[in-house]
Amino acid sequence: MLTAILIMTGIAIVLGAALGYASIRFKVAGDPLVEKIDAILPQTQCGQCGYPGCKPYAQAISNGEADINQCPPGGEEGIRKLADLLGREVKPLSEEHGTEKPKSVARIDEQVCIGCTLCIQACPVDAIVGAAKQMHTVVAPLCTGCELCVAPCPVDCISMAPLAETVETWKWKYPVHELRSAA
Amino acid sequence: MISRLFNFRGGVKPESHKTESSGTPIDQAPLPKRLVIPLRQSIRSTARCLVEPGQKVLKGEHIGQGEGSLGTGVHASTSGTVVEIAPYPMAHASGLETLSVVIAPDGEDRWIDRVPFDYRKVSREEALGWLRSCGIHGMGGAGFPTHVKLGSGTGIDTLVINGAECEPWITCDDRLMRERAAGVLSGAMILRELIGARRVLVGIEDNKPDAIERMRAAASTIGDDVAVVAVPTLYPAGGEKQLIRVLTGIEIPQGKFGTDFGVQCFNVGTAHAVHRAIHFGEPLLSRIVTLTGNVAHPGNHEVLLGTQVAELLALAGPKADTDRYIMGGPMMGIELQSLGVPVTATTNCIIAASPTLFPPPPPEQPCIRCGECARACPADLQPFELYWFSRAKNFGKAQEYHLFDCIECGCCAYVCPSHIPLVDYFRFSKGEIWARERERTASDQARARFEFRNFRQEREKAEKAAKLAAKAAETRAKLPEAAATAAGTAAAAVAAEPAASPEDLKKALVAAALARAKQQKAAVTPKNTDSLSAETQAEIAAIDARREKRNTQDADKTP
Repeated sequence: MLTAILIMTGIAIVLGAALGYASIRFKVAGDPLVEKIDAILPQTQCGQCGYPGCKPYAQAISNGEADINQCPPGGEEGIRKLADLLGREVKPLSEEHGTEKPKSVARIDEQVCIGCTLCIQACPVDAIVGAAKQMHTVVAPLCTGCELCVAPCPVDCISMAPLAETVETWKWKYPVHELRSAA
Repeated sequence: MISRLFNFRGGVKPESHKTESSGTPIDQAPLPKRLVIPLRQSIRSTARCLVEPGQKVLKGEHIGQGEGSLGTGVHASTSGTVVEIAPYPMAHASGLETLSVVIAPDGEDRWIDRVPFDYRKVSREEALGWLRSCGIHGMGGAGFPTHVKLGSGTGIDTLVINGAECEPWITCDDRLMRERAAGVLSGAMILRELIGARRVLVGIEDNKPDAIERMRAAASTIGDDVAVVAVPTLYPAGGEKQLIRVLTGIEIPQGKFGTDFGVQCFNVGTAHAVHRAIHFGEPLLSRIVTLTGNVAHPGNHEVLLGTQVAELLALAGPKADTDRYIMGGPMMGIELQSLGVPVTATTNCIIAASPTLFPPPPPEQPCIRCGECARACPADLQPFELYWFSRAKNFGKAQEYHLFDCIECGCCAYVCPSHIPLVDYFRFSKGEIWARERERTASDQARARFEFRNFRQEREKAEKAAKLAAKAAETRAKLPEAAATAAGTAAAAVAAEPAASPEDLKKALVAAALARAKQQKAAVTPKNTDSLSAETQAEIAAIDARREKRNTQDADKTP
């Protein structure tokens, strides 16, 4: 009887120590699901989903607070990937959060810019350079097209220019031609 | 030297149509009315423009400096005047425009000073730099820069010179080898020395007996370690991996290159261009182009780079029922969207196509999984699987089935009994995967920048708070004396008493701040009129006097 108790206690202590060690040694920093969701989101950091950035939205999806169809830049494909990841139904993009647009970049009309620095503060990815009372300009390759700089501009000198197709970005088209019904 | 040849799996034997254009010698094309020289040699590399409109240039003068590791020099193909620097359509499937230098030739064709380059006297790097500035890049397929392909100069045992020219209709390499065999081999010897290879294998398809004979004759004067090998005619024997397999028996696995096995491959045209660049100091300015298909006079022409296709076609005389033009061969070539496209170093052939020569493909039918495409695939892929995944836009799966090993040779589409344009699907898939890759890189960068910005904002906030706290602590420490000096005896009396309550402390702080502000205000005097020169002061006085006068005049008038 005593031996049995001792053995059981011994096993309990050993296993407890092992589990305790493992919980420290193999601790996963952060929520892996949030990272996975964040990897799917387009990182425009535009806030159209209602959260201040892609990561907070990913957090909200993971907590079940937000739906998966609130990201217009991610578009239908983003929703499909999120649905695949989370095992949910694909649904159309929620209209209140905006519509899917072709990728554009911000362009500052340098003749009109007064150098107020408001757009620099608004840019989530530090893609606008300039200083107070100096002309500002957008570093186009870094611009995510989030449009957050458009509203703060007091002289309305920022416009969104859709990206033109270049030889580098040109793609072969999908060879399947859908049949059109004769009108 | 070579005991036996090997086979690659797959391949097809389309009708060769070589004899139409291979019979006549290379003709020197007349000077075109204008040249359009793109500043971009390929998708990957661009050049920085070195000339301005109106500038006079000589033949061979640098007009573009290669940018990045893949960029090569761009040169004026003839002497003349730069007319404009503007976007023109480029020789690309998209038909999109790229910045080009337009030159109006002056008809004199005057060269720059050409000096042979002694590559033995300088370091290897300098020799590669010379090839780069001469604009030498691959003239067979993808146009990869030669100085990059020459690599580090170690670990290469065999140099393969590719004269297979396996695509139907094209005969430019055939004519080049027949007429300039010595030049090709001389270039091959330079390449061999620069890459440090032991032996040279020249692979030529056995449907070009004359070229083989001429090359053998030229090689016999050089030495034992150059072998001209006749390889069986089977499309795509001219593919790099296929030719290496046939000549050496090495099967290059997925994700590896010939260089990993000590083999490097260059086209015969490239070898000839290297010969001209080193022994004559001539940059790459022209190439041989086959004009064939539905034309009155098929043949090969030595054409200046930048000659527009429309002008070139006049030499061959396309027949009336020509409905489209193909640049490259019928298997891998692209259909030209505009005849304003200029000839580049990779333009080996222009085929005039008519509905009789190239009937439009029958309608695409469903895949019946017969497996013919897998039997024909020289890259050992399963095109039907890739087709399913590409069609379903399941790109991850397509990549798993090694989509990127596809060389787009077109064998699968050639044999497909359902006439499915398989290569179009693969190109679409590859494009989409690359686009996604670009998007992912961009979004990773955006995420990093966003996170850094948040971190920076937090840090700034913390720094500001720390600074404020430090200042507040400092003020509090100095409070008794500050209050004493600023607020006079009454306040001193208050401060002298031990700070009984925080209320008092706050009051004292406010009083001190007020006193400071008052002091500052008193100290501030208009500064811009201090320490002025006598002249300026006199000027000011004059202005004041004038103003005074006018004021008094106005005052006189008003009543």
